[in-house]
Amino acid sequence: MTTVTRALLASVVCGALAAGAQAEPYRIGVLTDMSGMNYDLSGKGSEVAARMAVEDFGGTLLGEQIEVIVGDHQNKPDVGSTLARRWIDEQNVVAVVDLPTSSVALAVQEITRQSDTALLISTGGSSELTGASCSPSTAQWTWDTYALANGTGRAMTLEGDKTWFFLTVDYTFGNALEADTTAAVEAAGGTVVGSVTHPRETSDFSSYLLQAQGSGADVIALANASGDTMTALKQAEEFGVTALGQDIAGMLLFLTDVHGVGLDIAKNLTLTTAFYWDMNEETRAWSERFAERMDGKMPTMVHAGVYSAVSNYLKAAEKSGQAKSGTQVMDTMRDMDIDDFFNHNAYLRKDGRVVHDMYLVQVKTPEESKGPWDYYKVLRTIPGDEAFRPIEQSACPLLDR
Amino acid sequence: MTMIFGVPLMVLTGQMLIGLINGSFYALLSLGLAVIFGLLRVVNFAHGAFYMLGAFTAWMLGQYLGLGFWPSLVIAPLIVGCVGAVVERTMLRHLYELDHLYGLLFTFGLALLLEGSFQHVFGASGKPFSAPEALTGIVRTDFVIVPIYRSWVVVASLLICLGTWALIEKTKIGSYLRAATEDATLVQSFGVNVPLLLTLTYAFGCALAGIAGVLAAPIFQVSPTMGSNLIIIIFAVVVVGGMGSILGAIATGYLLGIVEGLTKVFYPEAANIVIFVLMAVVLLLRPAGLFGKEY
Repeated sequence: MTTVTRALLASVVCGALAAGAQAEPYRIGVLTDMSGMNYDLSGKGSEVAARMAVEDFGGTLLGEQIEVIVGDHQNKPDVGSTLARRWIDEQNVVAVVDLPTSSVALAVQEITRQSDTALLISTGGSSELTGASCSPSTAQWTWDTYALANGTGRAMTLEGDKTWFFLTVDYTFGNALEADTTAAVEAAGGTVVGSVTHPRETSDFSSYLLQAQGSGADVIALANASGDTMTALKQAEEFGVTALGQDIAGMLLFLTDVHGVGLDIAKNLTLTTAFYWDMNEETRAWSERFAERMDGKMPTMVHAGVYSAVSNYLKAAEKSGQAKSGTQVMDTMRDMDIDDFFNHNAYLRKDGRVVHDMYLVQVKTPEESKGPWDYYKVLRTIPGDEAFRPIEQSACPLLDR
Repeated sequence: MTMIFGVPLMVLTGQMLIGLINGSFYALLSLGLAVIFGLLRVVNFAHGAFYMLGAFTAWMLGQYLGLGFWPSLVIAPLIVGCVGAVVERTMLRHLYELDHLYGLLFTFGLALLLEGSFQHVFGASGKPFSAPEALTGIVRTDFVIVPIYRSWVVVASLLICLGTWALIEKTKIGSYLRAATEDATLVQSFGVNVPLLLTLTYAFGCALAGIAGVLAAPIFQVSPTMGSNLIIIIFAVVVVGGMGSILGAIATGYLLGIVEGLTKVFYPEAANIVIFVLMAVVLLLRPAGLFGKEY
């Protein structure tokens, strides 16, 4: 062996040792849809929101750097769970965040439960996540199907929409949304006269709309999301649904969906949301910071939810003195008051549900709107304990009964 | 209410009509594919992307130049055709000598590239696009509710399809085209500029996809993925009709649209796969397709 090779070898060994000794940063993994139909409502904006939260926290947790990494789960449970497992096993990811598409969220929740990693769900909305499948290291931050069903379904039934027909997307989220809405409608004295299921990413809703029109129901409820909701709204307008006297209920509508179809079509829709950027000074201040980094796009409720979830997670982890055990961080958070621009006096429940106020809003008409993103007027604030499923009704096995 | 096979007549006619409307898009798109495959022997996987490009071009013409639907219906396909011509001249041309697989891979890559770039620039939610004022509203009779715009789409696409068929089967330039399909070298020796013919054919096929895109813009959300949702069905239509058969592509487009519409009435769960089941059956019984020639 020559001196040169020996020297080289030595430096390699030293380098490896040095790298081993250097502590790895804590990583926060934003697991979202970076290429599909949830890209606008979650995607890039969720990454930006997570980065803002880390920067505002100071960039370090328990003396170590915090790094945000992003993964595209392509709305496929297998892709999402493989990625989450690799992050946790190899990259020191201490919290997995966002999770659009409930089927992916449910799959990843099994991984984080096994590894006891924190799971902060903002976009995933099936109430199953905090129901029968609940996990001690999960917080479902922003919304769930129960809250939307209860907010919109109840309000519209009481307003006189007594008979309902569902257009439901055929996977776990759609089924949960339909079931939760049915319960809310029936509790308020309405009836469900029929429903039809459609596959995800349907481009033509006309035959479903014809069936819904044929049912003669007072209201056609769209129990689907993003691209599907927008197409259905557009085609319902084309088929004259509202002109012929039926109402439309968009059970899950994001601000970006309203932006996508335009106010001509979305005007006067009633919907339930966890956040609207133009509610008060605090929400406007944060949202304008967000928009600066997003080419002027205002945040959806899940973008604000990601920020709130990550910053409160960091506070709780700092307080609990460690970040490895997601359950311990969540237990610390359960004893904290969650209070920021997104939600005041909110709290994390044993089943993983974050309980905060929701808002019943109506979409403005083009005449009322002053410009892009000026879309909602708030009709009513729904107090958290009324908005979300009462803990007695939760099927979560973690609750002692 | 009149019932047929236990289904109200109104639902049945409604679904048949919707089948016809979807069939119009299938026919327009598979026609372009068939024309391109017939002459160039290229399986144009970028067809869905050109359809999307047509819709987005119409949207951009409206957004940035203030043009309405009607001028866009003419200008957008021309622009898409030009893009097609450039793609053929600069890239696709070099692949004719190689295995067909390279053409397929190239066009597939091109489709991903176009979709990805549009998603990056315009986002995934897509853009709103309204039907022209004169065609909004619905026709309502005892039998059926149908938006005026959609009925117009059926008529327009039928005219375009028949026009294309006449152009290829009944005119002189069409006869060059058909001759070049049979034997390009021989046709070239007669003094016909075959490379130009190939460019024009590809551009024409792409422009057809562009027209379909503009027609679709008011019905569907103008979004980067609108083409990829459709392209697989279009390929099934072309296979059932017979690769390269013009009339086959048109007839099969409408036929499968109606079959799909009827399936939605009688067994909705199968509506997504009925076209592919049919494709499998046709391939088993008539491998060249319903209207294809056995070689």
